[in-house]
Amino acid sequence: METKGLNSPGYEIPDDVKGAVAITTIDRIYNWGRRSSVWPLMFGLACCAIEMIATAAGRYDFSRFGMEVMRPSPRQADLMLVSGTVTKKMAPTIVRLYNQMPEPKYVVAMGACASGGGPFKEGYNVVSGVDKLIPVDVYIPGCPPTPQALINGLIKLQEKIDGQHWKDTRWYREGDLAAIPIPMLGPDLIYQEQIPAIKEASKEA
Amino acid sequence: MTTLDFSRFGTSVAVDEREGYEGYLVSADKLVEFATALRDEYGYDYLSSVTGVDYIAEEKFEVVYHAYKTIGGAELVFKVQVARDKAEVPSLIDIYPGADFQEREAWDLLGIKFTGHPDLRRILLWEGFEGHPLRKDWQEAYYEEDIKPFKSRWPKAEYTRAEAQNPYGANVKYPDQFDPEKWVPEGEDALYGSLAKYETTDESGLKTDHLTVNLGPQHPSTHGVFRIAATLDGETIMNLKPVMGYLHRNHEKIGERNTYLQNMPFTDRLDYLSSLSNNFGYALAVEKLLNIEVPERAEYIRVIMAELTRIQNHLFAIGMFLNDLGAFFTPSLYAIEERELVLDIFEMVTGSRMMCNYFRFGGLARDLPAGSLQKIKDLVFDRLPRKTDEMDRFLSENEILRSRTVGQGYLSTEDAIKYASAGPVLRASGVPYDIRRAAPYSIYDRFDFNVAVRYNGDIYDRYIIRLDEIRESIKILQQAVEQIPEGEIQTGKPRYQMKVPAGEAYGRVEGPKGELGFYLVSDGKGNPYRYHVRAPSFINLTAFGPMCKGLKIADVVAVLGSIDIVLGETDR
Repeated sequence: METKGLNSPGYEIPDDVKGAVAITTIDRIYNWGRRSSVWPLMFGLACCAIEMIATAAGRYDFSRFGMEVMRPSPRQADLMLVSGTVTKKMAPTIVRLYNQMPEPKYVVAMGACASGGGPFKEGYNVVSGVDKLIPVDVYIPGCPPTPQALINGLIKLQEKIDGQHWKDTRWYREGDLAAIPIPMLGPDLIYQEQIPAIKEASKEA
Repeated sequence: MTTLDFSRFGTSVAVDEREGYEGYLVSADKLVEFATALRDEYGYDYLSSVTGVDYIAEEKFEVVYHAYKTIGGAELVFKVQVARDKAEVPSLIDIYPGADFQEREAWDLLGIKFTGHPDLRRILLWEGFEGHPLRKDWQEAYYEEDIKPFKSRWPKAEYTRAEAQNPYGANVKYPDQFDPEKWVPEGEDALYGSLAKYETTDESGLKTDHLTVNLGPQHPSTHGVFRIAATLDGETIMNLKPVMGYLHRNHEKIGERNTYLQNMPFTDRLDYLSSLSNNFGYALAVEKLLNIEVPERAEYIRVIMAELTRIQNHLFAIGMFLNDLGAFFTPSLYAIEERELVLDIFEMVTGSRMMCNYFRFGGLARDLPAGSLQKIKDLVFDRLPRKTDEMDRFLSENEILRSRTVGQGYLSTEDAIKYASAGPVLRASGVPYDIRRAAPYSIYDRFDFNVAVRYNGDIYDRYIIRLDEIRESIKILQQAVEQIPEGEIQTGKPRYQMKVPAGEAYGRVEGPKGELGFYLVSDGKGNPYRYHVRAPSFINLTAFGPMCKGLKIADVVAVLGSIDIVLGETDR
């Protein structure tokens, strides 16, 4: 966002303090700060990770959007770019990483596999999209999405951040944020919330 | 195929006389003896591929082995058949240690037990997984039919989402009588058990316990979702095991449901840095089954594309390897800059930067577009040689690089062959084995190039050999772009479905990472009966543990970077 937008909340600034004072809303400055420093988790799952690296490299360079600081530790990251096929064996780790990220946090599902399973959807070890495990903010189609598509998706995420109001955000609500239950690896992937249903079904069988 | 005299084994070794098959059938009880003789007396010192096939109609499993001589020549195929209900085959790990991971994979996916294997755990799936997925009677949660195209999508394409039909609304399936509350996850005791605990006592009687450390699956230097479990004494590696399968995308099971052509885009996603080499291997295997020729111009374009792929893969590998050493991102920015120029050509010719899906059986999807040949010429005559020298000048004599890599992560010539290492890993240990020379395919016999080889077997040699190979590839490209003739690019009419005669075929190419093989069994239907990929990234990791023994933990990352794995291929 340009500083022009930041400085025009609709109030008249007296002439004598113009240039020394900026009046803005909390939402605007808060969102502006966050959207300009979205630090992604250094986290590559599959093919899309290569395009993510290409986007980070010189030619496309997503540091122009304040995103070049890739953090290998989830504790320092704001954005999880799920770049590739989510497998069942990897599912518990992905949920754990998401739980370890501090709020505010965002998830971008990059590519067909992360969005819905992609070409490997029917595979026995493939989760049909990362949204089966964690909430997703932006989906980027493509197999893999080109760097242009990824940048477009990240701009969409910035637009989403721009539209947020600090009063409604989940991390300023009362009480602790519930961690997402981590699925278990059993005879197949076991979703915690489905345990009663599985139990019921096995009784009938 | 050459015929060898195996009469001393009597009836235990017989020529495979099924229509379309080749090689020898060995009885299970004589297998170890046969393999020992093969290695010691017949000179087949390199066991490249081990896999299984489930012949459910005949109630038996067949384990298929492909062995070579490292001095070159055609492969020797031998097979062992066992009853399906008593699937036990003696392990060849003592004779060919390179069979280690492949036997574990056959156990994991097919449930064939290899007796005598010291660490027969699941490798791609997790302990506790129900069933062996590549068995023909095992059905995944999304199972619809055996063969695509499924009726639900054809001819009206009224497709309901498969989740809707699944009771849990997800791609999962639980066995009958399964009680999730009583389920105790099997954990990783088997893995840590296999790492053999050490306890040392020094002179004063002080007992030292060894530390078990995990790297990954989320770790910036593991090149994806790869995990290393190691026991340490201080900072020294005592024992190390790679753990994989975090990107196991069921390539082979999906491949057996797909039609032949539908598999072509899936091969792109194996080693996703070098999709055109993967296309090449698969096209060769199917063309062997179909017994068709490829037009001259198409062969040239294939070679040009495969060599460009090798160059961009090696550039990326070098860049990322330097990243692993701590030269954070600067060398890889230089490498990626050149890689992008190659990707531009891929996009121009095939329509995609990474997932090219360009090869067809008997030819190519489309001809070179106008202007692309000139672009390739500009690249291979001017820019790439210059930039390769530049990288060499910037990096190879660098003090830090040399002190981190020279003499570290040593792999001897014998071990490289023993562990079935392939590609740059094998050649950096002094084995001049390159399939483009050892068993030339396509038109590689026409070009003048050297097989890059280095003799020290350390990390530095595995780095520098990639620069050598880039230079050799440029040499091939310079000849190919000058010689390329005009003409057809496809034999016959392009077809999306074809009749493939029953039989087996093994197509192999020298991919950027090493020998990439596709083992196909056809039963005459529209889809492969068995579709197996001999993945170099996967098998090169067999030597990873032994190479790391005795190194410091920080060097493990450098060794891994010098092997250059891609997880899409490792886990498939």
